[in-house]
Amino acid sequence: MAKTEKAKLPSWKEVVIGGIIPDAGSAAKYNSGTWRTFKPVWSQEKCIQCNTCWIHCPDSSIMIKDGKVCGIDYEHCKGCGICAAMCPPKVGAVKMVKEEK
Amino acid sequence: MSKKLLALTGNDAAAYAMKQIDPDVVAAYPITPQTSLMEKFAQFVADGESNTEIVLVESEHSAMSACVGASCAGARVMTATSSQGLALMWEVVYIASSYRLPIVMPLVNRALSGPINIHCDHSDAMGIRDSGWIQLWAENAQEVYDNLLQAIRIAENPDVLLPVVVNYDGFIISHAIENMYIYDNDEVKKFVGEYKPKYTLLDPKKPTTFGSFDLPDYYFEHRRQMAGAMSGSKKVIADVAKEFSKICGREYKFIEGYKLEDAEIVIVALGSTVGTARAVVDDLREKGVKAGILKIRVFRPFPEEEIASALKDKKAVAVLDRADALNAVGGPIFDEVRSGLYKKSNTPVVNYIYGLGGRDMGLAEINKVYSDLADIAKTGKADSVRNLVTYLGVRD
Repeated sequence: MAKTEKAKLPSWKEVVIGGIIPDAGSAAKYNSGTWRTFKPVWSQEKCIQCNTCWIHCPDSSIMIKDGKVCGIDYEHCKGCGICAAMCPPKVGAVKMVKEEK
Repeated sequence: MSKKLLALTGNDAAAYAMKQIDPDVVAAYPITPQTSLMEKFAQFVADGESNTEIVLVESEHSAMSACVGASCAGARVMTATSSQGLALMWEVVYIASSYRLPIVMPLVNRALSGPINIHCDHSDAMGIRDSGWIQLWAENAQEVYDNLLQAIRIAENPDVLLPVVVNYDGFIISHAIENMYIYDNDEVKKFVGEYKPKYTLLDPKKPTTFGSFDLPDYYFEHRRQMAGAMSGSKKVIADVAKEFSKICGREYKFIEGYKLEDAEIVIVALGSTVGTARAVVDDLREKGVKAGILKIRVFRPFPEEEIASALKDKKAVAVLDRADALNAVGGPIFDEVRSGLYKKSNTPVVNYIYGLGGRDMGLAEINKVYSDLADIAKTGKADSVRNLVTYLGVRD
């Protein structure tokens, strides 16, 4: 379950009917980054800015600024490890480490 | 109000209602005894009397799925089915109500397999009683037509937004020809009005998601909201009936009594059997027996308060179920009527399971029920004459 403040959740009278989501892109507002067992840790020093991780990330969690990787969006990263697997072996800029809760 | 008298089958009556409602989309698959309804409606469309887009699908699961898709897209949508067709729709029946889509579906009641059988009983409808669909029940072809027209308004009301199933007995109503009134086209069109959905899937300027995933932090709220919509639909059903009375000349109620007010022994039933029971009651009244009928027109939402108030002072009540709950207690309507009377009254209530798989329910069978009730009324004990639950007309 996502980490959200219980007090802020809408009552049954307030939720949109039928589970309809009337706003586009609303997944960005929903913190789904609490499911991870392992989290990717990115190293700015080792990164060669090939953007391979960004291309393969299924959850748009590789953050990009001015065309360059600048970090990982832990609010939405599920810890699948694809970024680490796709990072060229000689580079090794992404390491998966056990999530500490 | 203007109307014309026609001799129609129940299925024709439903097809006339659908023609006049003129839904945007109808997705359906043929199944006995619904088939002649869709044949008649398809003829209306082919003749240009209805502008509906008919989607011919490969199964009922697809029929209801196409209905859900079209309804999400903002269309006014109808379908129709029976028995196994509904069973195959099952999964999507629940999707329709949980997405809060105002789909309207005539359900031509037929026994569920097995053993396979094509004749009338109510096991199909009773199977979806907890699905969040509103259920209206018709006694004859006229009520099929009238209930369908009202169903559209009930379903699409912003305070309801739940699908509605209009039940009528397979063959007994669907294939028997009766005299009935069809109302003026313009009047019906004005009454049903236009469907203006709040959310639609196909508006690129206002993109929406239907069918999103609910985790434990949201699912419960959405289900609670459905329960609220079902309770709230009671007011809408009553309001729609009031408005519709200007067209049809009679105000439909949740329950309808026949010689009920001063009755001492009462049968509770729904569907075509009520018509047969009327003849028995007339006969008994002539003999001085205070017999009456309570007909249930709206089964979902269940009119517990209305039923309990009408029955609480009766001497004996028999609930007729054309479906068995197989719960080792009694039929589905019996369970709910009896629970509704709890706290209000000690009236003895017995149950008769009848007519499964199209077994005839005639005057003799109904007479037997009233004669049992007369004996029960004397003792005041529900199980004084026979078991609490009787399988009426089965070979012992």
